Amino acid sequence: MLGIAIFTMLFLLVIGFSLFFKALPIMKEKNLWVLLTSANWKPFKGDFGFLPYIISTLYVSLIAIIIALPFSILTSIFLNSYASRSIRRVFEPVVDLLSGIPPIIYGLWGTLAIVPLISNKIAPHFVDFSTGYSVLAGGIVLAIMIIPLLISIMLEVFRSIPKEMTDASLSMGATKWQTVKKVILRKSFPGIIAATVLALSRAFGETMAVLMVCGNIAQIPHSFFDACYPLPALIANNYGEMLSMPSYESALMFAAFLLFIIVVLFNGLSRFTLNQIEKKYQFS
Amino acid sequence: MKYLEEKIFKIVMIGAAAIILGVLIYILGTIFYKGFPSLTWEMITSIPGGGFYLGSEGGVLNAITGSVFIITGALIISLLISVPLVMYINFYLPHKSILSGIIRFSLDILFGVPSIVYGAFGFALMVYMGIRASLLGGIITVGMLIMPIMMRSLDEIARLQPRDLPDALLSLGSTKYEMTKVLLRQLMPGLMTAILLAVGRGIGDAATVLFTAGYTDNIPTSLNQPAATLPLSIFFQLGSPVEEVQNRAYASAIILTVIILILSFSARYFSSKFQKNKS
Repeated sequence: MLGIAIFTMLFLLVIGFSLFFKALPIMKEKNLWVLLTSANWKPFKGDFGFLPYIISTLYVSLIAIIIALPFSILTSIFLNSYASRSIRRVFEPVVDLLSGIPPIIYGLWGTLAIVPLISNKIAPHFVDFSTGYSVLAGGIVLAIMIIPLLISIMLEVFRSIPKEMTDASLSMGATKWQTVKKVILRKSFPGIIAATVLALSRAFGETMAVLMVCGNIAQIPHSFFDACYPLPALIANNYGEMLSMPSYESALMFAAFLLFIIVVLFNGLSRFTLNQIEKKYQFS
Repeated sequence: MKYLEEKIFKIVMIGAAAIILGVLIYILGTIFYKGFPSLTWEMITSIPGGGFYLGSEGGVLNAITGSVFIITGALIISLLISVPLVMYINFYLPHKSILSGIIRFSLDILFGVPSIVYGAFGFALMVYMGIRASLLGGIITVGMLIMPIMMRSLDEIARLQPRDLPDALLSLGSTKYEMTKVLLRQLMPGLMTAILLAVGRGIGDAATVLFTAGYTDNIPTSLNQPAATLPLSIFFQLGSPVEEVQNRAYASAIILTVIILILSFSARYFSSKFQKNKS
């Protein structure tokens, strides 16, 4: 059992190192800085610039967070401080289901509902033409996918606030909303930040759903309605074909390694913060 | 004034919650509305016939069985690893030990690693070991994906166990191993919840099996053969320009969604049962 325990701890390192060694050839061949900042992507000529993919990933994930955050905060406050027990019981399976629906179903729904909506209704107000397969579509679909994660973590964070604090505020004549604003939100601010970072890292890595709605054109998107091509989609779309070219394979492994490092870093930071919060309130 | 603010925000909050509920209904509604006309008995009970991808007869039995095979194998692997681990960090190691803290932390991070990274890593591993895209490759990769999910949800429940039960067992002279067996029985509903959650996540994930399990129109009969999976089947059918094939993708999506619904509700059933036991 100790063996399994050690194996689990080392597993993360094993993944990291094997991706690193797979990515090493391309990092030796090209300058790391060039790889990250060049927008020139011509694998068959040996040009590997990851900038369009990195920008696309950031763009889509940021939109997702901006959409998801207000909904999640408001809903978690509602569930935590306002909703009756029965409403809460109805809502729990809703959050469960949203987090349980597979990415492919979200992607399918995105192509059926969001893409036409953008192409027919929203985009014509802003740009001449958009296929709907765009940064915005990816952002909306991703937002819905990360909402359950945000809500469940925020509920945990709110729950860690001692009841005496909110009771004190309420007994001084503050309304519920004032208590929420001045006590709960202020007290749980680090937790909300941690939850956001965690959700952001989930958004970075989401593959299939985003791949299906964001158009997959290797360019730096100039508006919400341009197609984009995030890193995970790059890996997923090209993996089968690149085996004949070692540098191409290495480049894709570099993408996976990049994703891995960012996600591990973000996850580590936010989990650490959340653990601290939990610990602080357990002993007090 | 403060009561006005109170009212406004209450309405906004209810609105936000209602929109989230509405989106869920919208998603499920769209999938069922689009897929229901093409959902036939044949879809579930037959493998793709000749010309299936051009619109002629056949079903997605290949994908359903492939998914079931892969998730079963992955489940066995991850159960064999995660049950002993959770028992170890909860009942063998001293309470709040540093080692269990580090293990939990690495589990949290493993849980956050995107499935595409597991897919790429699994593929690299398979190349290294000389395995082609096959059932075995899919099982290993999906196993890696669901292991942290299972460990974390099992650990969450194991942590809630009152400490006096193990103490009582130990003071009666049982060995730690015997104690673990008793506690495992105690944790059964929690283990069921963990399994259902992990299966739900594993069966719906496409990015892990994309390069590792391959795709085939037949039902795999050995570990070395490629296996189709339900999410990939939906994805490939959607890519077809033929309308009937696309409609079948929607129908396949209903099959997957129904599986997920059943898993999710049973998970909730088992976890509520567990909570009843606790109080």
